[in-house]
Amino acid sequence: MTWSYVFRRLAMFFAVVLAATTINFIVPRMAPGDPTAAVLEQLLSRGQQVEGAQDIVANYRARFGLDDPMVVQYGRYLFNSLRLDLGSSISYFPQSVTSAILSALPWTIALLSVSTVIAFGLGSLIGALLAWPGSPRAVHRLAPFLMVLSAIPYYLLALIVLYLLAIWTGWFPLGGAYSVFPSGLSLATLWDLAYHAFLPALSIVLAGLGFWALGMRGAMINVLGEDYLALAEAKGLKKRRIFFKYAMRNAMLPQVTALAIALGTAASGSVLVEVAFNYPGIGYLLYNALRSSDYFLIQGVAFFLVITVAFAVLVLDLLYPLLDPRIQRL
Amino acid sequence: MHSLLRNTRAALLYLGSNPKMIAGLTILLLLLLIGLIGPLFVDIRMAEPISVRTNQPPSAEHWLGTDSGGRELLAVIIAGTPQTLRMGVLAGVIGTAVGVMLGLFSGYFGGWWDRIISAVTDTMLTIPPLAILLVVASSVRAVNVEMMALIIAALSWMHATRVIRAQVLALRELGYVQMARLSGLGSFSIIFREIFPNVIPIAFASLVGATSGAILSGMGLEVLGLGPQNTPTLGMTVYWALLYAAFSRGMWWWWGPPVIILALLFIALFLIASALDDFANPRLRSQS
Repeated sequence: MTWSYVFRRLAMFFAVVLAATTINFIVPRMAPGDPTAAVLEQLLSRGQQVEGAQDIVANYRARFGLDDPMVVQYGRYLFNSLRLDLGSSISYFPQSVTSAILSALPWTIALLSVSTVIAFGLGSLIGALLAWPGSPRAVHRLAPFLMVLSAIPYYLLALIVLYLLAIWTGWFPLGGAYSVFPSGLSLATLWDLAYHAFLPALSIVLAGLGFWALGMRGAMINVLGEDYLALAEAKGLKKRRIFFKYAMRNAMLPQVTALAIALGTAASGSVLVEVAFNYPGIGYLLYNALRSSDYFLIQGVAFFLVITVAFAVLVLDLLYPLLDPRIQRL
Repeated sequence: MHSLLRNTRAALLYLGSNPKMIAGLTILLLLLLIGLIGPLFVDIRMAEPISVRTNQPPSAEHWLGTDSGGRELLAVIIAGTPQTLRMGVLAGVIGTAVGVMLGLFSGYFGGWWDRIISAVTDTMLTIPPLAILLVVASSVRAVNVEMMALIIAALSWMHATRVIRAQVLALRELGYVQMARLSGLGSFSIIFREIFPNVIPIAFASLVGATSGAILSGMGLEVLGLGPQNTPTLGMTVYWALLYAAFSRGMWWWWGPPVIILALLFIALFLIASALDDFANPRLRSQS
């Protein structure tokens, strides 16, 4: 890993942030209608006196600065976004968009990271076993199921899981993340959190499992044809050692690259899973924002979704040289 | 031209005997038939709201029951399945066409354009598609199926660009391409007559993948309520069902059929893409 690699990766990260901000800036301006009018009309259509309506409109006017030239507006918007000042939310009014998102984000990150790690690890292991000639017959029988699983998207699996395990059997709660909001850390609270997170996590794991297993199987088949494996076998190394240290370790490299690419899709999918389970992460926030046409919050969620994934990909890319010694270390 | 015909025959022979291809095409055909033959037996005007009694479970009269908005669900499925397919195919075709073009040019010409296109492709791949679609779809209110397809197509080209570019990089150095270049053939002729025919199988696999991805993105927007409000697509049906708490009211006939049909659709497209992959990448064949 050279400095130019680190620099290029950082530049890519900022390019993504810039792209997300630019889209948030341009798209509402290309859409028909004046944004201020849209907000006013919306406040009226809600039919109730909104506390501080004047403030919100003033906020909008100031943010859009409709009399300034476009370039100035864009510069200001960019500056505000980078400071994470994304305006105030209508549906969560006294709260700013950023604080509403920051209180929801930990739920999403915890759910998504834990279940993605499980899906990635377990899926890769199963995939490696699928390609390994010495693995038990039962493992090979899994292949068709995994294919079907990998084809069905997160959201549909979530609905099916929700119906089978929560409604039909009643084993798990219908939704939410806790019975009472956790005030302190105790075994009972942790159990309650895990109990509520189980079904959403299960949906994400099931949806990802097949994808990672099939990817790993492909990578493993390629590695198994390599000469160094024949050599390792000829040297009389233990099967177990060949499997983990020689075959799987090398086949993992393309998997990690794929993880960086798949993270965006996984994040999109888990947002929808949260909606299905009323899980209080940013997916649920987004659903509420959409139902009350809270544009700043919608844009804010999109912005945070992009940055979070871009950041995870950046970390992954910077860690990659640790896995692959062929890429020089600093 | 002869070799192209021969290759096509070989491809069809291989794919015709691939069980995944057969299964995938069969499911897809059955789903197409729902939209083609269904209207002959069921009046799809019953897919409009307030056309039948509300909240009826399945019966001899209404095979899949009715929803809370007074729609006949069998009619909704018959009217909605083709709409979902149309949206996916439209977005997939546009996205793949753009992606293949960019991949061909970027791979063949190299240089600065290649660097810029590759950087943009790699960057776009890491952006969650839903995030961009959300901003666009929530600003452009009242979308229809075609508009949704266009919006989604704008985010469906990257995969094609990436795989085609990688392939072109290898093909560009092959003897026959060098030969064509030496014999004074123009760049565009080389790209379209010499290189393009060789990337058709990969372009097809990308097309199937892009279509499936487009249907996935479309479904994501629809279940968030951002789909076409007046067209009964499968995703919108799931959205209405969830909005009116069909789950907790035990109205399985409302959300069940669209979920099953969507799942079948994704499985069919996956099987077809996987078979095309086997064809393009023979090393995977022995194992499956």
